[in-house]
Amino acid sequence: MEFWIELVVSVFLVAGAVFVFIGSFGLAKLPDFYTRLHAPTKATTLGMSCLLIASMILVTYQQGYLSLHELLITLFLLITAPVTAHMLAKTAMHHKLEILDKTTEQELAARARERMSPQQSE
Amino acid sequence: MLNIAITIAATLVCISLILNLWRLFIGPNRPDRILALDTMYINSIALIVLFGISSGSTLYFEAALLIAMLGFVSTAAMCKYILRGDLIE
Repeated sequence: MEFWIELVVSVFLVAGAVFVFIGSFGLAKLPDFYTRLHAPTKATTLGMSCLLIASMILVTYQQGYLSLHELLITLFLLITAPVTAHMLAKTAMHHKLEILDKTTEQELAARARERMSPQQSE
Repeated sequence: MLNIAITIAATLVCISLILNLWRLFIGPNRPDRILALDTMYINSIALIVLFGISSGSTLYFEAALLIAMLGFVSTAAMCKYILRGDLIE
């Protein structure tokens, strides 16, 4: 295998794994739910994109034809991560999870809860 | 060099799986636990992709795609369940 392909694939692999680790570290360490939601949805999606791009380069080099399976997984994760984050944030807001005191504009959450609580909409 | 990179990446992904498991155990509320499970299935896709790279086989990407789709559907279903108390109203 040529040296520069190995170098590029290794850099993408290590960068992706570091991003995945940062996402999980943020999930374990951040103080309240809304900040914890931020870490995996951004960092882990970016890390998975890096890992799958590395795999795409390697398989394309080894097999000799363009491999696009991994792009499918990357696109699927990029599309579904914001949807999941939105549903989780809505769930947490309606369950009245505590918001960190440093968060600004907390009255917006109360207004949103009044407007559309699950009990009223049934 | 590729073997060293795969080892480092797999170690980091395993450490992050353990951190997710810790959040799954201590998570104070139900949305925390759903978020931890959501991150765990994404990290398991990462492990499957790393295993596919190290074994030189392209057979594992269909499994990764299946886990991605089912994980998204299960997260959406759990959110809907604890939000409304019912899946199909």
